[in-house]
Amino acid sequence: MALIEAEGLEKTYDEDGGAVTQAVRGVTFKINKGEFVAIMGPSGSGKSTLLHILGFLDRQSGGTYRFDGKTIDDYSPVELARVRNRQMGFVFQTFNLLSRASVLENVKLPLLYSDIEESLWNEKTMKAIEAVGLSHRVNHESAKLSGGEKQRVAIARALVLDPQIIFADEPTGNLDSKSGLAVMETIQHLNEKHGHTIILITHETYTAEHAERIIHILDGKIDKDEKVGHRRRSDEFSK
Amino acid sequence: MHIKYSMKTALNGLATHKSRSVLTILGIVIGITSIILVMSLGQGAQDLILGQVQGIGSKVIAIVPGRQPKGPTDFISTFADSLKSKDIDALNKKANVPHLNGIMPVVFGAETAAFGSETYRPTIFGVTGLFSEIYNIYPEKGRIFSDDEVKSYADVVIIGSKVKEELVGNDDILNQKIKIKGRNFRVIGILPKKGQSSFINFDEVAFIPYTTGQQYVFGIKHFNRIVVETDTESAVAQTVEDVKVTLRNSHNIDNPDKDDFFIETQAEAVQMVSTITNVLTLFLAAVAAISLLVGGIGIMNIMLVSVTERTREIGLRKALGATEKDILVQFLLESVILTAVGGAIGIALGASLSFLISIVLSNVLAVNWAFTFPVGAAALGLGVAAFVGLVFGIYPARQASKKSPIEALRYE
Repeated sequence: MALIEAEGLEKTYDEDGGAVTQAVRGVTFKINKGEFVAIMGPSGSGKSTLLHILGFLDRQSGGTYRFDGKTIDDYSPVELARVRNRQMGFVFQTFNLLSRASVLENVKLPLLYSDIEESLWNEKTMKAIEAVGLSHRVNHESAKLSGGEKQRVAIARALVLDPQIIFADEPTGNLDSKSGLAVMETIQHLNEKHGHTIILITHETYTAEHAERIIHILDGKIDKDEKVGHRRRSDEFSK
Repeated sequence: MHIKYSMKTALNGLATHKSRSVLTILGIVIGITSIILVMSLGQGAQDLILGQVQGIGSKVIAIVPGRQPKGPTDFISTFADSLKSKDIDALNKKANVPHLNGIMPVVFGAETAAFGSETYRPTIFGVTGLFSEIYNIYPEKGRIFSDDEVKSYADVVIIGSKVKEELVGNDDILNQKIKIKGRNFRVIGILPKKGQSSFINFDEVAFIPYTTGQQYVFGIKHFNRIVVETDTESAVAQTVEDVKVTLRNSHNIDNPDKDDFFIETQAEAVQMVSTITNVLTLFLAAVAAISLLVGGIGIMNIMLVSVTERTREIGLRKALGATEKDILVQFLLESVILTAVGGAIGIALGASLSFLISIVLSNVLAVNWAFTFPVGAAALGLGVAAFVGLVFGIYPARQASKKSPIEALRYE
């Protein structure tokens, strides 16, 4: 069964001065559980807007969107917060860490808003930190980490509650190529070894080719939806 | 989110901007400090004045000449010479005032006392030997004057400790003669150091027989006060009425509105003092409360700035599963913690200042000013501070909680 079903999705913004911008124009696709899909397109193509709708962070202006069989309107605001907390993980281009907090505190953040018993928090947090290879940085202040490490903290935070899906918005956008590859290796590992569904937003072809499927977006529409013939492996780059 | 973590998150938020947090609570600190200071000093002043009043003794009634002032423009001076010897005789009759235990006419005024080349200007009280019992003060050296000395216009004087010190220093002055208004008075008693009590500074007085005082020192025929002591405390009210009736008869007054005397009792004075100090304290506290309002507006302003500054953080928390309530509680806690901490600092500061002032006042004014920690005001202050945080924090916190996660995340 498809985890994500988008049908004729549209998103318009009212600009100041009365102009209307159409960021997403009738997009239809399905994504199954366990899939690793890259949504690729140039700046301003509407890919980030699409991701926000898929992550229940924003509401579409037209069409229907179902996550695990339910639309955004099936949830109350509190239930929506719970879905974002338990079923979705987010990784942003700008990391969005609490800079004064330690790695541990940042990764623990989603647990604070969950109904998970407090006695399990540290165990889950440490497991997530271990999964991204940052066990040696647990008590470091986030502001003092390198860009690549920051993004791995953000990934650990996204997976601490073992969500069904991880949305990654340009996760390598602010990183040098080496750190970017390390991050992609981590994301690929999460998909292949742990079965997390991944939706990756990127404008870089080589980053997108880590996925098994690429949806090309151009001017708010799907330009192409294709399987990746030869998936890139991060270890290939590092060799 | 668990309240423990909401609290921790709020504290972390505040710790991030330490100097700003400190400056923000300054208004609250000043407000609560002022309130505690005013309440504490007000209580101290009230205790002091009440102590003075109670020093007079609860069985004592003071008859004051003149009409009781009815307002600020009414003066006591009318009929100021209305109390005469015949009143003493009338009051002394058992049939008139059955519960009378003792009676003492009083005359007073300031005069210069001299010993050799040294002079000092004490307050001279013309009294009877009863003064010792009424004011509860007995000579440290020597004795009080006898009834015979009062009757015979004797030139004897009992002096306060400072008067003695000013005239002879550490030397002995007992049984030596000092000059008051050109007349030689033999010093028969020296009072111990007592300071201010019953509105009299006993260190700076000289007691002489009232007869001598009237005749030779002040040159008057009337009394400035008549002090009556009742046999029991419960007889005070009855005695007040008896005294009024007796004096009206003695002064030929039919209409009580035309009384040329009035009566002060300890209970009345206590009530009056309490009323005045309470009103003054409340008034000053109300003025101090205005700074709390100003402080509260400061808190709201800074919290609004904080909400704007942390828009991205709010967006992130919402993306990670925070509900509107979580965000609301977080920001509300921040402002309540700010004001409560401000309140606690204000209480400590106000109490410390009040303690210091009480020490200074005790030493400088030579009064027995007791420091009082106003527990009620402190609890109220802390409560009010937290309430200010709640009221002025709600608007910014609601602004924060209503932010859409994506708008907040997009915020630059």
